[in-house]
Amino acid sequence: MAIQGRAEKVELGDCAVLNYLVRRFLYMVPILVGVNLLTFVLFFFVHTPDSMARSVLGDRYADPAAIEAWKREHGYDLPRLWNAQARGLGRVTRTIFWQKCMPLLWLDFGRSDFDQHSIGEAIRTRMGPSLHVTVPMFLLSFGVTTVTALWVAYRRGGITDRVVLVLCVAFMSVSPLFYIIGGQYLFARVFRWCPFSGYAPGLDGWRFVVLPVAIGVLAGFGQQVRFNRTVMLEETQKDYVRTARAKGVSEPVVLLRHILRNALIPILTSVVVTIPFLIMGNLLLENFFGIPGLGSYVLDAIQRQDFAVVRAVVYLGTLLYMAGLLMVDLAYTWADPRVRLG
Amino acid sequence: MNLGPIRFGSYAISNTVVLAILVATPFAVRWMYTSALWQRAWVELRERRGVVISAWVLLAYTAVALLDSVGGHPARRGPDGQLLRSADGQVIYEARGVTLLDLLLTPWRTAREKTYSAPWARRAFCAEFVRGPDGVLRKVYPPLKYPGRHPLGTDRVGEDVFYQALKGIRTAMILGVGATALAIPFALFLGMVAGYIGRWVDDLVQYIYTVLASIPTVLLVIAFMVVFGRGLPQLCTIMGITTWTTLCRIVRGETLKLREQEFVLAAVALGVPRRRILWRHILPNVMHLVIIASVLGFSGRVLSEAALTYMGIGVGVDTYSWGRMINDARMELARDPVVWWKLTAALVAMVGLVLPANVLGDALRDALDPRLRTETGP
Repeated sequence: MAIQGRAEKVELGDCAVLNYLVRRFLYMVPILVGVNLLTFVLFFFVHTPDSMARSVLGDRYADPAAIEAWKREHGYDLPRLWNAQARGLGRVTRTIFWQKCMPLLWLDFGRSDFDQHSIGEAIRTRMGPSLHVTVPMFLLSFGVTTVTALWVAYRRGGITDRVVLVLCVAFMSVSPLFYIIGGQYLFARVFRWCPFSGYAPGLDGWRFVVLPVAIGVLAGFGQQVRFNRTVMLEETQKDYVRTARAKGVSEPVVLLRHILRNALIPILTSVVVTIPFLIMGNLLLENFFGIPGLGSYVLDAIQRQDFAVVRAVVYLGTLLYMAGLLMVDLAYTWADPRVRLG
Repeated sequence: MNLGPIRFGSYAISNTVVLAILVATPFAVRWMYTSALWQRAWVELRERRGVVISAWVLLAYTAVALLDSVGGHPARRGPDGQLLRSADGQVIYEARGVTLLDLLLTPWRTAREKTYSAPWARRAFCAEFVRGPDGVLRKVYPPLKYPGRHPLGTDRVGEDVFYQALKGIRTAMILGVGATALAIPFALFLGMVAGYIGRWVDDLVQYIYTVLASIPTVLLVIAFMVVFGRGLPQLCTIMGITTWTTLCRIVRGETLKLREQEFVLAAVALGVPRRRILWRHILPNVMHLVIIASVLGFSGRVLSEAALTYMGIGVGVDTYSWGRMINDARMELARDPVVWWKLTAALVAMVGLVLPANVLGDALRDALDPRLRTETGP
């Protein structure tokens, strides 16, 4: 009987997760449509296809015929929202909105405005280098900041705590540009410990990745440690911690077994919401270290006024961000079984 | 000093804003003195030395920014000081405006060298080959036009770095303060209305800020700046929008909580009109949260200006900013011997603003909202 009861419960739990997932996905739809509309208004009403053609062609070559030709070639000659000349469904589908913005919903990113390369293809090939830098950065940063925060929380109120807090504020106050420029100068040029910039795929590439990863961890260190510490200190005030201490549980065990597990929930949230920035790669890091990832892709697109790429990346980033938030919610149930999905 | 005719032109707005700030400050200070919450916070803040120092540093930065915002276009003058006039007798004005800060910094603003010079140097940084009287080429470091004048050296085009660093303050302050100032009225109004009235207003406001907040900030800023082009007003607007989403969420959440409090219920029962409840009862109780969030967001905006300008989507090329200084100097560390002063000046100037802002932000949060305390001891 007991076993049966347990099985029933698990089944119910799975059903709740599925139910919850479906509802979350339905909730995402209006937001994604909203994001799509926003980018549509920005890129096609504020900045019209005509001005886009002019900036790509350059002012010298932008006579009306050339602009029309460019628009036809890139599919921007259609009406924006409603095609009165077409028949039937074509009135809706033969428009810029349907041809350029709707495909993003099913992850068809289209072609670049600059040289017609497939954006989806480019994103796939550039994802690798970006992940190569950002996954180690993510894991290392999570580990280092959590351990530091635990250590500081253990020594709370003491001189260590004070010093680390001051250091954190100091770290937060320095521009990431300084870490990158300074780190590159010191370790690549003066000490020559690692290459100045460049990238190689696979494990051989570690030499190229070490410095960007270290700099990325350092740049986010102050903020994250402070946040983690605050969360952990909040936990130390709770009743269950007092009970544990009263029962004679040693302080390290209280920290590692009791406080850490409960503090992980808010820490996870703060960490996972940074996922879009991780997948995007750090724009600046990739640019400075010559890593051919998504970050440098975006920067190239900005320089070339390649609006199709910017649009695609904005949408992709939003999608990843929302996926990250969903993962946080699911992670809650793992870190804290009391959390009900509902 | 007789300046003669001045045209205000592009300075009309900033002159008015500075005037408005100067008029509004006494009222704000009076309000803070009369509010019990702020009085208590004031006493607490004044006892912490770091906070007092930070406040003074921030005041100094603000003063420089204000001085740099008051200005005009002076009339153009000939070599002997008489006014230049166009064919129809109109006075001609300089295209580039001059601010009070420029007038104060005239010795550094006008001291142009040929190219790089090190801090406090008396001779040029780059050697020149000069043929001596005996016909032999010699490597010499020619004396500077203004020896010992440049405390932070000069850059590639010979402009004083100390002057540039000070001019960058105004841009940073505009982004740090101006973006919030743009966002606060909208955030307060929409947040309070959404939280208090609820129903479709709430749904609409929530939908707008959820859509805006679900685009990662970096990407939203990039999309906006790519469409509208680089420039300080554009940057200020988009940073105002991103700040708005944060502030509006905070205000709405707090209003939802306050709506159920006894003092609001009492006001409703007494028949106080809704507008008055929002103004007299809700607003004063959400204001401190808005101020905390604004001060805490200040440093982020200042830092991101540098990064965005580096990416080519920040302020325009004719605006002085620390981001532009870093961007100009990006290749200077690769020179041999190293040219470090321009980069260092920009980064130090930035730290000098952001560090006190962070310290003050933390202290304000601790003093005004004990629930959010970072310094919770055992």
